[in-house]
Amino acid sequence: MEGTQNTKIPANKWNLASDRPVFIQIMEKLKLDIVTGYYLPGDKLPSVRDLAAEAAVNPNTMQRAFSELEREGLVYTQRTNGRFITEDTDLIDLLKQKMALDAISGFLKSMQQLGFSGEDALQLLKEAIKEEKE
Amino acid sequence: MNTLVTCKDLTKAYGKKTALNRVSLEIESGHIIGLLGPNGSGKTTFIKLLNGLLTPTSGEIYVKKLPVGIESKKIISYLPDQTYLNMNNTVQEVIDYFSAFYADFDAGRAYQMLDSLHISPKDRLKTMSKGTKEKVQLILVMSRRAELYVLDEPIAGVDPATRDYILQTILTNYDPDASILISTHLISDVENILDQVIFIKEGEICLQASVDDIRMQHQKSIDALFREVFKC
Repeated sequence: MEGTQNTKIPANKWNLASDRPVFIQIMEKLKLDIVTGYYLPGDKLPSVRDLAAEAAVNPNTMQRAFSELEREGLVYTQRTNGRFITEDTDLIDLLKQKMALDAISGFLKSMQQLGFSGEDALQLLKEAIKEEKE
Repeated sequence: MNTLVTCKDLTKAYGKKTALNRVSLEIESGHIIGLLGPNGSGKTTFIKLLNGLLTPTSGEIYVKKLPVGIESKKIISYLPDQTYLNMNNTVQEVIDYFSAFYADFDAGRAYQMLDSLHISPKDRLKTMSKGTKEKVQLILVMSRRAELYVLDEPIAGVDPATRDYILQTILTNYDPDASILISTHLISDVENILDQVIFIKEGEICLQASVDDIRMQHQKSIDALFREVFKC
């Protein structure tokens, strides 16, 4: 499948946890593929069947994930032609922002559990970034 | 989407022992359904009733609104929990036999699957390992273009790599309008390919629901829920 992509960005892996609905996890993985640029705006998505086989999930579940992505405007269907990634780059930027905020709030929650305040966490983060640069 | 199987108060007793007690359910087309329950819960009894190998003590079972019989066997492809093939035959002979016996058997599909599993059609069944025999049987069953596939413990005897291939085979080889009913104990291996599950406990259906609904509602996997419901 990589061969049909004109970009070298690799697809994200299917890491499906067993305690959360599969369709939600499929959506998250496809969103990540969109944001990281594996799928570019206007790219054609593989068929439900092919992607279901690749992810080893039920085709109905894949279908449901596609419908939800369509509802969110990230994917659109062209009759008889298949499904495509939205060409609305603003929407993709917005999605990226939202995913970043989710990652940050997850980080802050973990730090809070460890007993660090927001300020302390920020301080540690700054130090970590500095170290990484060196 | 239409209804493939309808049961009303389906009951099967072996003498004094009730194996299946007033089971009512419907199976619709276009799903992969897990029939899950501990040993002796009635899974195989249900499957045998569906395939006409047992007759109900009371209650009714219909396949596409017709009673179980020749017509239902034409559209159900059944993998039993025990082999019924002649071990002296080669795979090729069995394929010829299936081609003659089932109008919907696609020999090309069977040879293709044999090839990708590196099984020679000229091999005799009795020379094969237990796992390879199971693979051959599953290939035969999945090579029919049936409306309902009933697989009784299809992956129990094969290694994890082959298990993945078999699940892949199931996913890529069925018609989207067909349904697959899989009975198994190996829930964590199959739960991602299921979209519905039926929990059966002491001969009674205790749950029929969509996999994602269960995960949403209970925040746990089907495997974890099964362990909870059937805790010994």
